[in-house]
Amino acid sequence: MIPLSLETVSYAGAIGLVVIGGLGLVICNHLFRMLLALAMAESGANLLLVLTGFRDGAIAPIIGYGPAGAPLVDPLPQVLVLTAIVIGVGVQALAVAVLVRVYRSYGTLDMRELRRRMEGEIAAAAGIAAPGSAQAPLGQRPLPPVPDYELVRRSAPVRERGA
Amino acid sequence: MLTWIALVIVVVMLVAAVLVLTLRSFVAAVAATAVVGLALSVLYVLLQAPDVAMTEAAVGAGLSGVILALALRRLGLWQLDDGDAVVLKPASGRAGAGGDADA
Repeated sequence: MIPLSLETVSYAGAIGLVVIGGLGLVICNHLFRMLLALAMAESGANLLLVLTGFRDGAIAPIIGYGPAGAPLVDPLPQVLVLTAIVIGVGVQALAVAVLVRVYRSYGTLDMRELRRRMEGEIAAAAGIAAPGSAQAPLGQRPLPPVPDYELVRRSAPVRERGA
Repeated sequence: MLTWIALVIVVVMLVAAVLVLTLRSFVAAVAATAVVGLALSVLYVLLQAPDVAMTEAAVGAGLSGVILALALRRLGLWQLDDGDAVVLKPASGRAGAGGDADA
C-alpha cells in the first residue's frame, strides 16, 4: 500500500493528467479538442517535472524566507517549468493559427471529414478515382462510415450560417 | 492536512480534465481547461513552488484561456446555446437577405 502523502497524491495527479491528455489525443476526432488534450498533457508533464525537485518538509527556495539552514526545494526544475509553461502557450497559439488556416481551407475541423476531403484533393490532382468513391473495384470499397450524430444534428444551423 | 487538501484539488483537476474530453460544448471545454490550470497552480503552491504557481495562473490559465476563447470565435465554434436557439439568428438573417433580393 502506497502511503498517502502530498508527494504521492501529486504524482497521481500528474500521471493522470498525462494519461488523460494522451488518451484525448488518440481518441478525439475534432482538431480543437485534440489541442485541448495536448495542453493538458503538457501541464501534466510540467507537474511531473516540479515533483522531481520536491522534498518533504522543505520550504520554498527564496533567500531570507523561513528559518536559516532549513532545507530548500530544488529550484532548478522550477525554473525549467517556468520556461516550459510560457513555451506551451506559444505552442498553443501556433496550433490555433494552423487550425484557423485549416478551417478556412476546408471549412471543417472534423478529422474524418478532413481526411476524406484531402484524399479527394490528392486523387483529383493525380487524376484517379477518389479512394472512397463507388467507382473502386468491389473488393476495395470502404466499409460504410460510422454516422456522426453530432455532425448530423448540427448540419442544419451550420449550412444556414454559411448561406 | 495538506495531503487532504491536495487530494481534493487533484480530484477536481482530474474530473475537469475528463470533462474537457467529454463536454459537448467547446466553450465549456475551454472553461474546464482553465479549471485544470487553476487547480494546478494551487497544487504548485502546496509543492513550494510559488513562482511556477504565479506563472501557471497568469499564463497557463489566463492567457491561454483567452487565446482559446478567441480561437473559438474565429473557428465558428462559439455556441452558447445547444440546439434550437442557435437557429433563430441565421434564419432571420437569411430572411433579411431574401428581402433584399426581392427589392
